[in-house]
Amino acid sequence: MSLQFNNEQMTEFKRLVAHYPEGKQKSALLPALNLAQDSFGGWLPTEAMDYVASLLKIEPIEVYEVATFYSMYNLKPVGKFVFEVCQTGPCMISGSDNIIAYIQKQLDIKPGETTKDGIFTLKLVECLGACGYAPMMQVGKIYREHLTKEKVDAIIEEYRMQVVALN
Amino acid sequence: MGVKLLLEKANVPGIRTYDVYRREGGYTAAEKALKEMSIEAIVEEVKKSGLRGRGGAGFPAGMKWSFIAKPEGVPRHLVCNADESEPGTFKDRYLMEFLPHLLLEGLLISSFALGSNDTYIYIRGEYAWVADILEDAIVEATKNGWLGKNILGTGFDCMVHVHRGAGAYICGEETALIESLEGKRGNPRIKPPFPAIQGLWMRPTVVNNVETLAAVVPIIKMGGVEYAKIGVGRSTGTKLISACGNINKPGVYEIDMTISVEDFIYSDEYCGGIAGGKKLKACIPGGSSVPILPANLLLKTAKGETRYMNYESLSDGGFATGSMMGSGGFIVLDEDQCIVKNTLTLARFYRHESCGQCSPCREGTGWMEKILQKIELGKGESSDIDLLWDIQRKIEGNTICPLGDAAAWPVAAAIRHFRDEFEWHIQNRELSQTSNFGLQHYADPIHVPA
Ligand SMILES: Cc1cc2nc3c(=O)[nH]c(=O)nc-3n(C[C@H](O)[C@H](O)[C@H](O)COP(=O)(O)O)c2cc1C
Ligand code: SF4
Ligand code: FES
Repeated sequence: MSLQFNNEQMTEFKRLVAHYPEGKQKSALLPALNLAQDSFGGWLPTEAMDYVASLLKIEPIEVYEVATFYSMYNLKPVGKFVFEVCQTGPCMISGSDNIIAYIQKQLDIKPGETTKDGIFTLKLVECLGACGYAPMMQVGKIYREHLTKEKVDAIIEEYRMQVVALN
Repeated sequence: MGVKLLLEKANVPGIRTYDVYRREGGYTAAEKALKEMSIEAIVEEVKKSGLRGRGGAGFPAGMKWSFIAKPEGVPRHLVCNADESEPGTFKDRYLMEFLPHLLLEGLLISSFALGSNDTYIYIRGEYAWVADILEDAIVEATKNGWLGKNILGTGFDCMVHVHRGAGAYICGEETALIESLEGKRGNPRIKPPFPAIQGLWMRPTVVNNVETLAAVVPIIKMGGVEYAKIGVGRSTGTKLISACGNINKPGVYEIDMTISVEDFIYSDEYCGGIAGGKKLKACIPGGSSVPILPANLLLKTAKGETRYMNYESLSDGGFATGSMMGSGGFIVLDEDQCIVKNTLTLARFYRHESCGQCSPCREGTGWMEKILQKIELGKGESSDIDLLWDIQRKIEGNTICPLGDAAAWPVAAAIRHFRDEFEWHIQNRELSQTSNFGLQHYADPIHVPA
């Protein structure tokens, strides 16, 4: 198997599993998939799911069932940065429609698509628990709140610079 | 200024750290509970406090605790529900982000009272950085002897574990949460058995909301009787309200449940009035699942009495003319908001979040979204309103878990109170694409028959 956790990731995996009693290691499935997704490029290829199944000593189907149920798991490749913009009621009445349209225009992609350079993916999501700081989106681990067009421009620029710095 | 029991110290610099929290009197309630009180006495104080579950259903916490089964040799668990995914609700996040040790102290006392040696915080996956804050706080609390083995020399062991979910509103429902914590899809279980008898890993389990468990700290500090004196009637203590939408000061507020809805919206201490000097049109006072009310029924009950921010007053009039306290997610809509569109986004939310186990919920939520979409796009027919009504009625009460009801109620309330606006959309298909029904009569005083 080619996909594997490195040492650091394996240490984290073991820490996650240790939260549950003997014989209940399946409980670590969601946290383990979160770790796998973060470790393997932001999405879960079948190989990654099978790997997690083998680590937890459960059947691959038990992993697929879960991976297809929860909205945070990406079952297809995504860009380096995923803009997950909230579109539910409270954000909508606070202007999320305009922000979504603006991001689409600036990145020249539709929801669900990734930019040609592979840097950005746009995803529309439901309430993220930031309704008072709307409009908002999640990018990786963090929330970007009180979005305006200017802020969106600055955020796109910020991530582009990060990519340049990495190359 | 109202009484603050939870957020009193939220603005103290560094309160997130153990040292500052402790210096400000933190962990004294835990000390009192573990060293001076019996388990029965702790449960008794929580019962006397009248504390009602802050997750949405409002079930008395002390009573829930007393139901937990105690079979010999079987471990019991406390699970803290930090899934917080009801649109409009972001109070638990605030509490965990700024006062992680307050939650841990509440968890320690509650775990002691319930005999939970391994307590889990199920936090929604998106709150990744909040999970990190909690993990850091757990390390600090363990280092200082508040978690781990033989706490304060009492012989009681307790570890708190943070478990991140992965995006699913349904996992806020307590039996779905338990399934998810077992590493499965979040399909709610058929009850009975109730979690208090067979919950996590089929062991006796209590699931409580973040705010409920944090409130145990002031209850132990001041005593249940004193806590119950705050507030009014069966709405005791303080409640966190997350206010959002078209107001000047969105945010999380702690209220003592004696304040009127009008004061809450317009006073500078809280929402600071409607943004941009506009007029209030409608409000969903307790998270997206509870009935939306037009301005006139929000501020006054159908009897013409002032409506207050508490469990009883918000539900005065039942679903015909009232709403619910729910999760405390207070969503305010100004005169320019479209009720059809707002209802559509909520219908889409529930369709997306239905776990799919029951046909009325799985199919019904999809149909409601499609019909609302049609009306919103100017393609509605006059029969659509009755059809929507019929679908929501057939979902309500016919499903395994309350998500079905939660999906039906917003649609029912929108039609009940804003039928004119739906009809206008259907009769003015083109106009509705470029303009808005507006405020109309929704803020007019209600005529109260003598
Ligand atoms: C669809 C659905 C979603 C729910 N989401 C949450 C939630 O995010 N947080 C929460 O505390 N309770 C939520 N609840 C309520 C829980 O089932 C449960 O009643 C609550 O956690 C009990 O805690 P409490 O008594 O302290 O309020 C939800 C219920 C349903 C039906
Ligand atoms: S009501 Fe909906 S969410 Fe609840 S169990 Fe049935 S299908 Fe699932
Ligand atoms: S509605 Fe967007 S964060 Fe809640």
